[in-house]
Amino acid sequence: MKRTAQTLKRRMHGVMFKFPGMITCNEFEDFILAYLEDELPPTRKRVFELHLRVCKSCRLYLAAYKRTLAATKASRKDYDELEASVPEDLIAAILAAKES
Amino acid sequence: MHGWLVNSKSVGTSSGERQMKELRLGQDQNSEVDFEQIVRDNIAWMLAVAQRILKDRSLSEDAVQVAFSKIYRNLDGFEGRSSLRTWMHRFVVNEALMLLRKQKRINEQPIDPLLPEFDHNGCRADDPFKLPKTSEDHLQSRQVREIMKEKIDALPDQYRIVLVLRDIEEMSTSEVAKALELSEANVKVRLHRARAALKKLLEPMMRGGAL
Repeated sequence: MKRTAQTLKRRMHGVMFKFPGMITCNEFEDFILAYLEDELPPTRKRVFELHLRVCKSCRLYLAAYKRTLAATKASRKDYDELEASVPEDLIAAILAAKES
Repeated sequence: MHGWLVNSKSVGTSSGERQMKELRLGQDQNSEVDFEQIVRDNIAWMLAVAQRILKDRSLSEDAVQVAFSKIYRNLDGFEGRSSLRTWMHRFVVNEALMLLRKQKRINEQPIDPLLPEFDHNGCRADDPFKLPKTSEDHLQSRQVREIMKEKIDALPDQYRIVLVLRDIEEMSTSEVAKALELSEANVKVRLHRARAALKKLLEPMMRGGAL
């Protein structure tokens, strides 16, 4: 039943996204990076945001995409915890080999 | 290799820059002591950068060793227009990328199965889900960071490297394009695909509220 409702909804969206000034989810996908980096021209940005307003799937998708990006940036901290594990013999080797 | 643009977002160390200036002035006398301090002050983050790219501790140590050797021989090239850390960053990234290219175990799995799917109308075919609320603190927790490392490392290398350099190392698109000898358009395509694939890999954790 849920599957049928989703299929019907997608068909309705498929028709709606063909209206002038509208884009499909597939086209929306292509604009995500430029949108997040504020590189979309004004007209395209309006079209992108209009799609975002009418398409719940893309709203949910974009939220998860942003969460992924935030978690990726936060993961940088993981590697900054290496300080305690720098071996002395590596430092000695660097100093010995610096002019080789 | 030397045609990089500087990354203004990188952290500068004024004491490090002072050290570098002193080291250049007295390169024939007390340079041993000064250079050792520069190594000690910077080796941890440089190892971290190499490990992010190479996923291998031993290879990362090799990359850092060669990078420091080149840094020492190119001290005159540091003009103070960028931070010392930014200047050193390019050496370790280049050495790590060079070692990665020499590796025969590069992960070249196709990324297509990890990309979003669309039906014939151009609508999303994937099952949408509502994202549970979370905090910035949670994203920085050790548990989440371990998940992220595992999933990022699982991406095909040609996409993983772009994501690491752009989203973790915070290099600009043009810097990444130069380092990888790609067009900027190609870097953007790969970055978006890498993020989308990583999102797919993280979905079970996001649906379950672990991320």
